[in-house]
Amino acid sequence: MPVIEVTNLHKRYGGTVAVQDVSFDVAAGEIFGVLGPNGAGKTTTVECVAGLRVPDGGEVSVLGLDPRRDAARLRQLVGVQLQESQLPDRLRVAEALEMYASFYRDPADPARLIDELGLGEKRNTPYQKLSGGQKQRLSIALALVGNPKIAILDELTTGLDPQARRDTWGLIERVRERRVTILLVTHFMEEAERLCDRLAVIDKGRVVALDSPSGLVSAVAPEQRIRFRPSAPVDDRLLTDLPQVTAVTRSGSQVVVTGTGDVLHAVTSVLARNQIIAADLRLEQATLDDAFVELTGHRPAE
Amino acid sequence: MRAFGQILKIETRLYLRDLAAPLITIALPLLLLAVFGLIPAMRASNPDFGDRSFIQYFTPSLLVITLAMTAVNVLPTVLATYRERGVLRRLATTPASPAALLAAQLIISLATILISAVLLIVVGRLAFDVPLPRHPLGFALALALGTAALLALGLLVAAVAPTNKAAQAIAVPLFMLVLFFGGVYVPRFLLPDFLVRIGSYTPPGVQALLDAWTADAPQPLHLAIMAVIAVLAGTVAAKLFRWE
Repeated sequence: MPVIEVTNLHKRYGGTVAVQDVSFDVAAGEIFGVLGPNGAGKTTTVECVAGLRVPDGGEVSVLGLDPRRDAARLRQLVGVQLQESQLPDRLRVAEALEMYASFYRDPADPARLIDELGLGEKRNTPYQKLSGGQKQRLSIALALVGNPKIAILDELTTGLDPQARRDTWGLIERVRERRVTILLVTHFMEEAERLCDRLAVIDKGRVVALDSPSGLVSAVAPEQRIRFRPSAPVDDRLLTDLPQVTAVTRSGSQVVVTGTGDVLHAVTSVLARNQIIAADLRLEQATLDDAFVELTGHRPAE
Repeated sequence: MRAFGQILKIETRLYLRDLAAPLITIALPLLLLAVFGLIPAMRASNPDFGDRSFIQYFTPSLLVITLAMTAVNVLPTVLATYRERGVLRRLATTPASPAALLAAQLIISLATILISAVLLIVVGRLAFDVPLPRHPLGFALALALGTAALLALGLLVAAVAPTNKAAQAIAVPLFMLVLFFGGVYVPRFLLPDFLVRIGSYTPPGVQALLDAWTADAPQPLHLAIMAVIAVLAGTVAAKLFRWE
């Protein structure tokens, strides 16, 4: 049963349509990504899910509740980490978590959460003295301190250096192990690919694709290309006879095989049966970046 | 309730940690009281001040420092900063309401004003012959209404200023005006009559404080004006205030 259901969501600000028509379901325990270029309507969509904005049309249901009507109940169950939301400069790490913990009926132990998020040495450090990565971890901790069933994380790693970004991803994977459903807004392909079970790609206020990261890639660009140097001459027919192979070309001593599905396995099997070793074997595949460009016509960030 | 207690506790700590605000708000008026009070001539009664001593005449203006600092300087900048940085919005996603934070800030403002008023009254009485307020009820009323009017103006600034910088751009001139008409920069007896009169009707109503402190009941009109300003500014602020 889905824990988040968004159906034909529509939202405009004055004359500007931010979200035209967005629908998706998120299953319990899933990490669901909302991916899209800047201004695509990602944040507005999740803000409607979080109950911060009132949709102009469509239905949003979170844990079977209405984010506006049942706001008080949902705030106990949904932890939200907002984009560009900061804390007072002089507020210390432990104080922030203890204060937020006091808002919830059944909070996590702030001290343990601080340790789990690697902020143990910073518990008495004021917010202004934290690094970007530490601020982000504190923000995630605040979203988790109420022991939520769902965590909504908006632009989790924007502005972080690559190491801090990877650390944060590791953290999210540990959060998933607590059976928390995560709705993740991002415009980083690598982040979506690494973390998300499924993705909704949003562009100009509409869902343009909804699938697993690998599903999105193969739907947009199903072809894979294998390059290798054979240890002995290869008859092209050996390869073209395989149902997965669509084309075989040669460039110098290299053989280039294009195909779909488990073409790699098929090619390496047939070579092995003929005692041919494939040296310098490379598999070229479309990436989520390619899929994103194909779907939205935008270059992804970075 | 537990959540509100925590918010109040943390906000109080944050206020005290920002040493400058409590120092200027509470310690500066006391320091000025001591500096002027230690000069014997300032303690002699003088017909210029309606047979009061200068220090008796000036103490209400010292209280104006606390009132102005708290209500139209600290409060709006803190609130505008919290809104600008998304502190209020983030609270709106939790079971606690940003209104709790606003309430905590108001309680801190009121406590600051009360502490400063009590200190000025007690120290003035014990050390410098400033009488206890002669008309206690009138004084309490003048202080309460003057505080309400200024706090409402402070909230109005917080409501219309989108950022911390904008809040300061409005709050600082307003703060200066309140101090000026409160007779802080130039004692009011040196000001032309019409400026003194304006000062009686601008928040926090220094004339009403002076009357109740050293003479008799404050004029009802002075008090009524403060009440009207409090209600008007408060209503507009409540209408315009946004959490984000």
